[in-house]
Amino acid sequence: MIRAIRGALRHGFEIIERAFDRLFGPAMNPVAQLGALGFFFFWVVAVSGIYLFIFFDTGIERAYQSVEYLTRDHWYHAGVMRSLHRYASDLMVVMVVVHMLREFSYDHYRGVRWFSWLTGLPIIWLLYTSGITGYWLVWDRLAHYVALVTSELLDWLPIFGEPIARNFISTGTLTSRFFTLMVFMHVAVPLFLLLGMWVHILRISRPKVNPPRLLAAMMLLALIGVSLWKPALSQGPADLARAPVEVGLDWFYLPLYPLTDFWGRGAVWALLGTFSVMFALMPWLPPLRKAKPAEVDLKHCNGCTRCAEDCPYEAIRMVRRTDGMPFPTQAEVNPSLCVSCGICVGACPSSTPFRRSEELRTGIDLPDYPLRLLRERVVETASTLHVSPRIMVLACERGGGAGHVGGAVTLPCVAMAPPSLIDFILSRDLADGVVIAGCAESACYHRFGIVWTTQRLARQRDPYLRARVSRDRFATIWSSALATKQFEHELADFRRRLAALAPTRPEASTPSQNHAPAAKMPRAPAENEAVP
Amino acid sequence: MTKATRQCGQFLVIAVLFAMAAVFSNWPVYRQIPQGSGIVVLSFVHGADRRADCRRLTPEEIAKLAPNMRRTEECPRRRRSLYVELDLGGDTIYRANLPPTGIAGDGPSRAHQRFVLPAGSFDVAVRLRDTSRSEGFDYMRTERISLAPDQMLVIDFNSATGEFIFR
Repeated sequence: MIRAIRGALRHGFEIIERAFDRLFGPAMNPVAQLGALGFFFFWVVAVSGIYLFIFFDTGIERAYQSVEYLTRDHWYHAGVMRSLHRYASDLMVVMVVVHMLREFSYDHYRGVRWFSWLTGLPIIWLLYTSGITGYWLVWDRLAHYVALVTSELLDWLPIFGEPIARNFISTGTLTSRFFTLMVFMHVAVPLFLLLGMWVHILRISRPKVNPPRLLAAMMLLALIGVSLWKPALSQGPADLARAPVEVGLDWFYLPLYPLTDFWGRGAVWALLGTFSVMFALMPWLPPLRKAKPAEVDLKHCNGCTRCAEDCPYEAIRMVRRTDGMPFPTQAEVNPSLCVSCGICVGACPSSTPFRRSEELRTGIDLPDYPLRLLRERVVETASTLHVSPRIMVLACERGGGAGHVGGAVTLPCVAMAPPSLIDFILSRDLADGVVIAGCAESACYHRFGIVWTTQRLARQRDPYLRARVSRDRFATIWSSALATKQFEHELADFRRRLAALAPTRPEASTPSQNHAPAAKMPRAPAENEAVP
Repeated sequence: MTKATRQCGQFLVIAVLFAMAAVFSNWPVYRQIPQGSGIVVLSFVHGADRRADCRRLTPEEIAKLAPNMRRTEECPRRRRSLYVELDLGGDTIYRANLPPTGIAGDGPSRAHQRFVLPAGSFDVAVRLRDTSRSEGFDYMRTERISLAPDQMLVIDFNSATGEFIFR
């Protein structure tokens, strides 16, 4: 059931995201920046809230009057700020909800990601509490409605001696002190929300907390535009002698409030409780099956820190050397954080398939899918390449190339393939060209697989691709698992470009020879073979 | 896709997103009760009598107590439940046993019930029992009320004076 829902959502997100990729470009795609945009809207709310506080007056009459004063008399600055405050809060809810759904649909909530998922739950509660206490402060008819329904909801819980709702049913029961309390709540709860947001990203390596500047500028301009077009207004002063029977609800924050009338308060609490418990348990329903974590081989580790730098999960840290080798540090893997993506293997300078040791070993390796096995699979796959030009696909298991039949070697992440593997394939004549096929550019499952691979191939990040590797003989294709057509299309393009190049082996250019079993069998690297 | 098309598309996406935020931040309007009706709220806090009377301790029981804790009477903390009834136009629309609050059951009982009624005039009777009596009521009030559309009429109880208040 969960899988089916996830699949359907994933499909929906794929359609929207790929369209947005074309529209905004992968780096600016708002759907790939939801968390960062959530932070952005939080800061807009915080700054506008501080500005509004200058004008706000706490008091039964004065609260409403001060809000009206800033909205009407000072609409061009304070009124705009009020609208920014309102709409940025609403958009923060949108960002949080869509972010949550997207992470769920991409299966980004199980395994080591349980922490970020679970800490998202208090964020949702605190976000709603912040918004609801904010609506209370205006003390208009909506505030009266919110006060009544919230207090009746709280009164349903058997924890208060006197019903809180009694404060809002007749004049004379409410004092100005109440507004002082609400102001305190409306400041304190968002501070806790910020704390929660910080905890939420604590275990994420290089978290994106700022959207690209251009996107942020576009959002801010749009916020100002909508604030001028449709300013946030109050709904008439609260009158405790009259029921707030007709209110314009903020459906982002208050969608459950009408349900108290239809279902009753107990049912609404049951819904909230069930949602919270389900949400908290989801990372273990069922738990993600985990491959064995990466292992460090100290004989081949010189403490260069590249694996720790590149690990997207902060699962590797550098510790003091323990084996007496003349290096200050060594890598240490935290098994509880490692997802066995293999990015560390691709980052290790000793991960080169040219190595001539008896058994190919590297400084850090995956026990279930070691570099040795990767090299063996590459060599085996090369023997199956019949069609000229021969193309070897190094495919991420979650990308569009994973399902490619013939000539594909799948990896947990494309960044597991060290750049020297491309050199190895081409220089050993295992293929005429290499395609590195990862996830969609704005939706890399391991977050940095595409970025690191691109930088390594562009010789901007260690380990570099050697200069002798012809740029014409390899290509990258970033496409999602559902975009197999895009993958095949780009692969066909590359095949055409490759066919126009001079063949790497003149004898392989004749089809009869190319299809001969003896000709297609590549030469396996011999033991103790020298690095070319 | 040309740059101009892309920019138009970007503008459209952002415009739709922000228009949605602006529209759904106070629309559609929600009406809590039907047009032409009001709300009667029965809301009060009142502590009933203790469940049992104070009992004089026997000399043996007093002797068992620590010297500095000795007392002659034992008064149970737990209160009785309140029993309340509300009649409207001759029909009882609400009757409830309201247990005391607090872990030890020594807090006051509380009532907070909303009744949505069409606007108009009604005979209202409210009755309350807070003692050990099994029949009859300790407090009651009958009143003819006039409920205007959207009005919120509160029926409260003043424990100090023992009166029901309509406001």
